[in-house]
Amino acid sequence: MDMNAYLSMFIDESNDHLQSLNENLLRLESDPADLSIVQVIFRSAHTLKGMSATMGYEDLASLTHEMENVLDLVRNEKLKMDNFIFDTLFKSLDALESMVQDIIGGGTGRADVSHIVVSLQSIFKGEYKAESAPSASAASAEGSSGAEGILDEFQSSVLLQSIEAGHSVFHTVVTIREDCMLKAARAYMVFDFLERSGEVVKSQPSVQDIEQEKFDRSFTVFTITSLSQDELQKGIESVSEIESAVVTQLDGESLFQLGGRPAGASTPSNVHNISAAAEVAASASSAEAKPASAPAAAPAVASSGQGGSTALSRTIRVDIERLDALMNLFSELLIDRVRLEQLASEIRRTELTETVEHMSRVSGDLQNIVLKLRMVPVESVFNRFPRMVRDLAKSLDKKIDLVITGAETELDRTVIDEIGDPLVHLLRNSLDHGVEPIPDRIAAGKPEIGTVHLRAFHSGNHVFIEIEDDGRGINKEKVKQIAIKNDVITVDEAKRLTDKEINMLIFAAGFSTADKISDISGRGVGLDVVRTKISTLGGHVTVDSVEGKGSKFSIQLPLTLSIISAMLVKLGTEKYAIPLSSIVETSIIRREHIRKIHGNLMMEFRGTVIPIISLSQVLESTSYNEADEAETEIVVIRKGDKLVAVMVDEFISQNDIVLKSLGKYLTNIEAISGATILGDGQVALIIDPNALIK
Amino acid sequence: MGEEMKVIVFGLANEEYGIEVDKVRTIERMSPITRVPKTPAFIKGVINLRGVVLPVIDLRGRFGLSESEPTENSRIIIVAANDLEVGFIVDAANDVIDIDSDSIDSPPEVVGGIKAKYLRGVAKIGDNRLLIMLNLSEVLNKNEIIQLEQLEG
Repeated sequence: MDMNAYLSMFIDESNDHLQSLNENLLRLESDPADLSIVQVIFRSAHTLKGMSATMGYEDLASLTHEMENVLDLVRNEKLKMDNFIFDTLFKSLDALESMVQDIIGGGTGRADVSHIVVSLQSIFKGEYKAESAPSASAASAEGSSGAEGILDEFQSSVLLQSIEAGHSVFHTVVTIREDCMLKAARAYMVFDFLERSGEVVKSQPSVQDIEQEKFDRSFTVFTITSLSQDELQKGIESVSEIESAVVTQLDGESLFQLGGRPAGASTPSNVHNISAAAEVAASASSAEAKPASAPAAAPAVASSGQGGSTALSRTIRVDIERLDALMNLFSELLIDRVRLEQLASEIRRTELTETVEHMSRVSGDLQNIVLKLRMVPVESVFNRFPRMVRDLAKSLDKKIDLVITGAETELDRTVIDEIGDPLVHLLRNSLDHGVEPIPDRIAAGKPEIGTVHLRAFHSGNHVFIEIEDDGRGINKEKVKQIAIKNDVITVDEAKRLTDKEINMLIFAAGFSTADKISDISGRGVGLDVVRTKISTLGGHVTVDSVEGKGSKFSIQLPLTLSIISAMLVKLGTEKYAIPLSSIVETSIIRREHIRKIHGNLMMEFRGTVIPIISLSQVLESTSYNEADEAETEIVVIRKGDKLVAVMVDEFISQNDIVLKSLGKYLTNIEAISGATILGDGQVALIIDPNALIK
Repeated sequence: MGEEMKVIVFGLANEEYGIEVDKVRTIERMSPITRVPKTPAFIKGVINLRGVVLPVIDLRGRFGLSESEPTENSRIIIVAANDLEVGFIVDAANDVIDIDSDSIDSPPEVVGGIKAKYLRGVAKIGDNRLLIMLNLSEVLNKNEIIQLEQLEG
């Protein structure tokens, strides 16, 4: 079998399962009593184990197997979760993740995980602490509790319906003789008999495990049959080399106790009930049962696996490269559309114009769909943060509550791919520098647990991501001093700065306010990296802070990086595009209305005075000089709450343009953010409005 | 005998230069170039090459030779090296020849005023034809451009 065909599927699914493991483990940590979460975790781990074993990644499989053993004890209430177990499980997840990463990178997924395996095994054996729950062997003596909880809701409802319909439902423990050579074959014969006389709803271990002789000497089955209890027992015992078959008829109540318990319904007391009801199982040593999620459980896993939060939506996985190819083809189409529109307006034939207009509408719809295809919920970035925050808080000895809202907000995949690192940086910053250590918080009269909000929301053509903490806020005096010390600003400049400008200083290169250099942040590669990264994405970042109350970092990002609406303008012979998102309005100004104030050109605009700049000077244009004109077209652009008027030669039109990069050879060109191809095949440069506003 | 290699031959200011054929993507006729502001003078701007925006460099300017108006024969050679794709404006491109890598001598200190580090060597073809082999990674070296900018600034 060619494994490569399955590799990408394996990687995708492993990542999904790891993510779900992470999330659910976190949920469990906040609510350790909720065993239904353990079930979900167990299923994920089990599926992961199966997949990796199939793909031949043995280390992955064996590590998940050890995790599964521990989880099995937990979900059967033989083991209580505690910090040590959580930490070990989280460590195992990390190891699994790095193995999967290795596989993604083309590696073999091998890793030395022996220390984690040892910890897991010690948990499993109950050695890691003296007062640990009954050991595995002791548990097996209790026997029946191994069967307890093995039915999921689906299976119990099937059984229940059968009972109500008047069929007999039996719980049967089959034990094979010790000297039996072909256990699987005997088991098969038993199954064959059971299936001839009725239906097997559930077996433990699963049918597959039994077929592969992965069971000790006995197995348990739940059957619906028309036979009587005696007939069933005789029938099974007639199979040679079967030592015993213990058959118990089940009624609604005992089934309920056995069944897929609703969260928290299972208390130790009804464990006893079950032991009583099914004491027949006493001889069984099936407690160390293999994974219970038989194939029949799989559909239930799919629907209930996500904690019921996800509605069933039909999706397919598509290679990202295909989406990119689609996007590229579409942008070619868009260029041709613009060209066709131009031609149609020149030729002026009604039929042609109508066809072109229709095509424009269709391609507009197409554009929406293509862009939507590339939209991914920020969840895919956010969902790794709870874990990160947990670990960080632990290592910093702080208590942090991370509140995520708006995880469903969608962003272009290209933005998603890039936004992770800056967000990690900002979160670490909030945790390390923002939220105070517990004693400080108490002294300040704040709750012991710090809250960090991570929000995402749409607004206009932008997506905002905010990180807000209730920590100590920015110490403006300290910021100023450090900025002066690090030559970011001079003493004179510092005196003139507004509060907002002082806050923004923390984004300056080589700035770090941490007194101590800690592992988490404050290594000098501070927030300037964040700002640079975000501005290359076409967004910007601001910070608000109230000292003693907390800080809020706000990132504004464009919805998409590939197609934008822009205003095309002319400068003499050259054409430029200005993104519509930053244009406030366009107008015409007479030369004499431009004033010179303190050496700067200014103009009056709606009651305020705003700077006016010459685009031809900024872009060193040789073919246009606005000073030759009596009247000049201006475009008023905005960055934050600052406005600037830009003088241009002529407006051409408003268009959807496809963003293209200038290539790696030309990077960081001042005032230019990229290029686009116009309908006539020429390249027009895209103005970066942010660079025009200082 | 060294290895046989195929070389694209192009003309620049009365000299003949060579680039290994595997570094060359295509050779294009001159097309409209969009000027990019705030770049060194030898960067002529960007062109649209079948939907991809590519920077073009005037090799004359890059080598500090006097620039000239493009003619009928002018071509843009699209090369790819160091992960970069760039077009070179040359006076003419008209030949592909095989040369023996052994026939490339290390460059004399100054060839036609071009700094030796841009050159891989000089290949002698036939009796009195010299082919100057370019060292593409040096020609495309961006660090030097940054230095140039600082000098100009």
